[in-house]
Amino acid sequence: MAQAAIELVGINKSFGAVRANRDINLEIARGTIHGIVGENGAGKSTLMSILYGFYQADSGEIRVGGKPASIKTSNDAIALGIGMVHQHFMLVDNFTVLENIILGAETNALLKSSIAKARSELDRLEREYGLEVDPDAIIEELPVGLQQRVEILKALYRGAEILILDEPTGVLTPAEADHLFRILRQLKEQGKTVVLITHKLREIMAITDTVSVMRQGTMVATRETSKTTVEELAELMVGRRVLLRVEKGEAAAGAVKLAVKNLTVKDSRGVTMVDDISFDLRAGEIVGIAGVAGNGQSELLEAISGIRRAVSGSVMLDGKPIDLTGAADPGELRDRGLAHVPEDRHHVGLVLAFEENENSILGYHDDPRYLKGPFLNIDAIMADATDKIEKYDIRPGNPRLKTANFSGGNQQKIVLAREIEQDPGVLIVGQPTRGVDVGAIEFIHKRLIAMRDQGKAVLVVSVELDEIRSLSDRILVMFAGRIVGERGPDATEGELGLLMAGIEQEAAA
Amino acid sequence: MSTPYAKLPAWADYGLIPLINLSVAFIVAGFVVMLVGENPLRAAVILVEGAFGKGTGIAFTLFYATTFIFTGLSVAVAAHCGLFNIGTEGQAYIAGLGIAIVCLSFDSVLPWWVNFPLAIVAAAAVGALWALIPAYLQARRGSHIVITTIMFNFIAASLMVYLLVGPLKPAASQAPQTRNFLAGAELPKLNWILELFGAKIRSAPLNITFLLALVMAFLVWLLIWRTRLGYEMRTYGHSPKAARYAGISETRIIITAMMISGALAGMMALNPVMGDQHNVAIDFVSGAGFVGIAVALMGRLHPVGIVLAAILFGMLYQGGAELAFEMPAISRDMIVIIQGLVILFAGALEHMFRPYIQALFASFSPRSVGMEAVKGKGA
Repeated sequence: MAQAAIELVGINKSFGAVRANRDINLEIARGTIHGIVGENGAGKSTLMSILYGFYQADSGEIRVGGKPASIKTSNDAIALGIGMVHQHFMLVDNFTVLENIILGAETNALLKSSIAKARSELDRLEREYGLEVDPDAIIEELPVGLQQRVEILKALYRGAEILILDEPTGVLTPAEADHLFRILRQLKEQGKTVVLITHKLREIMAITDTVSVMRQGTMVATRETSKTTVEELAELMVGRRVLLRVEKGEAAAGAVKLAVKNLTVKDSRGVTMVDDISFDLRAGEIVGIAGVAGNGQSELLEAISGIRRAVSGSVMLDGKPIDLTGAADPGELRDRGLAHVPEDRHHVGLVLAFEENENSILGYHDDPRYLKGPFLNIDAIMADATDKIEKYDIRPGNPRLKTANFSGGNQQKIVLAREIEQDPGVLIVGQPTRGVDVGAIEFIHKRLIAMRDQGKAVLVVSVELDEIRSLSDRILVMFAGRIVGERGPDATEGELGLLMAGIEQEAAA
Repeated sequence: MSTPYAKLPAWADYGLIPLINLSVAFIVAGFVVMLVGENPLRAAVILVEGAFGKGTGIAFTLFYATTFIFTGLSVAVAAHCGLFNIGTEGQAYIAGLGIAIVCLSFDSVLPWWVNFPLAIVAAAAVGALWALIPAYLQARRGSHIVITTIMFNFIAASLMVYLLVGPLKPAASQAPQTRNFLAGAELPKLNWILELFGAKIRSAPLNITFLLALVMAFLVWLLIWRTRLGYEMRTYGHSPKAARYAGISETRIIITAMMISGALAGMMALNPVMGDQHNVAIDFVSGAGFVGIAVALMGRLHPVGIVLAAILFGMLYQGGAELAFEMPAISRDMIVIIQGLVILFAGALEHMFRPYIQALFASFSPRSVGMEAVKGKGA
């Protein structure tokens, strides 16, 4: 084994009473790609933040290149040759690539000499690692894949020998992700060390040499990637066996429940986000909408659920029109049997400051079941919430607990329980399992399939291709506000990936 | 981190932290008293004795508290709906007009127990209407409610000056105020209640609006936590997006909340106008609307907390007056400084000591602060 680039010895970190990292020991070999996987809240980000100087460990030692290192700020980390590419890019949108790269690394008061130096250095880096990007392009005009490349260049420009990437593929198309992996392999060949934080096990298998699994703040295992399997890693992450792909029977699609015709939606800036979309959703089927984030899926969901006003187009629910361009209101749609699990459960689907039971009636708070005249019927609400907690195994099972104190998976279950238990004819779900732990994903998928088997119409929008493929009976792919293709559930990832990237538009069904 | 503050047990949240904040405010105030060469301990004794020592003092304290309960509730109702109503001052002031109309018209013909409900309705209605305009502008035009309510304070003040030096002033009078009300518009005092407990009261303005204030505090609690309307207001207050998702009309909820807030502010005027001065005079609100902001914040927007905070501020007003009288070196302005310090530590710096107390609690009993609250999140 090669010499260790980084060693972490006995790292502990607590936030108040919560031990985010306990006794972490980790050795990352030089010139390898090392993956770190774990569920949300397992402590991956905390550990990397300690390494990058955002947090200080309560105890423990960091060794870089064999020497004990004290990393108090990110400048210390950079000086030690550690670079980080954050999940959310830290770029100035209206600066050029070059300006972003020298930001914080200017050599003197006048920019000219820094820029000239950076330009030649950038040239070298691009040639060496295949990181082509136009140095004079404005960041906001670049696609996300290229923006990420700029982040990597930024780190390399600062002399990074060790590169940490936090969930780098979340915003990328499969093709862009492949390109990123090629870059990472090239970096490895040049002797750089790469640490990849992700929750996508397939990526771990595809690219890493070694993988470490974290669970509840501890490092539970480190494996050589070639000697482990996705199933083993999933089990290590969750602490029990999980089904990665839910079994489901053939769909028995029935009558059209929701018919969308020529729907056009603009965002608040007036940019057309949904461009003349038409599709049908039938009883007893799950239709999945795949696409890279930001291609109009969010606006489509908001329009269909009455949150955002559509510009033009018509939508029929159970054969009767909904006035989406005018007076349609989420409350009215709910009354007509259209339930919506929104993408953003923190700000839209839930009020985090509310008690669990208060959220279990959100949107249905004018239902006479929950009221006594103008008053809330607290007894009925509590009984109802307790019932849902039991049915959906929401933990902790306390309806008086503040919603913010539930984990992502349990929060999502609160929303799902509320919407599904209303027995709607049509269920629209945005990002059903975003930020949800592996154990809860299985549960949520089963519930959605059960809805379908009861003859409900389910529309699922997700940026997780695996999820779309495992749930959907039909897959629609959105790109730049249009549906660019329809495929069956057996479509290959490559095929969908091309559609998601906007290639092969003429293949639309 | 997902939540800024981990959870503390309720008694620490609502009892210990305000107590610590208050103590610090008084310690700092003590230094100020020392700076002017007086003994802070003696000053504290005079202040507390002035407010609670004698029956008259208690009655005055509760009289001031009545005013602050109304304005505090007014601010709190709007705040639960995510609206910062700075216009309580103006809404209360203009409500004096509604009371004046009722009292000047009927004080010679109707008894107080008929005039009182009429005046309550008039005060609430005028206050609510004064809040309606900024509410409408916010809901339909997006004009920021903080700006518009401040502006409406000025408009109310100018309008009242015009009316009180003109149309509403008796012809022969030199004072900018209405004529004095007759007995039919004078509210009964409550001093006899305190006298039941053996207190001696010479003359104090504590009157029946104190009971109205307590009833309103209960009704506000009922509204906010037990009605559908309150639920909708809180939903909108926490997350306008969630309210939209839940099918709650933004226009309706903003206007309703602001009108209730304005009505509560308006009722404040009953206390000084019908309970004490028996006329409508220039500047009779004298800043109580702004104190209401501090009272609402210190009371954590909960009616029980607001009543307690209002009594505290009533104590500062009454005890402060005694203090200024007993210690000539301490002027009225010094009292304002002390009040300012209380607002600073209990309101603005409410969370200053919280992290330390949390750490303390965590070291004693880790479970009490909620294991799930913190997730490591670096990026």
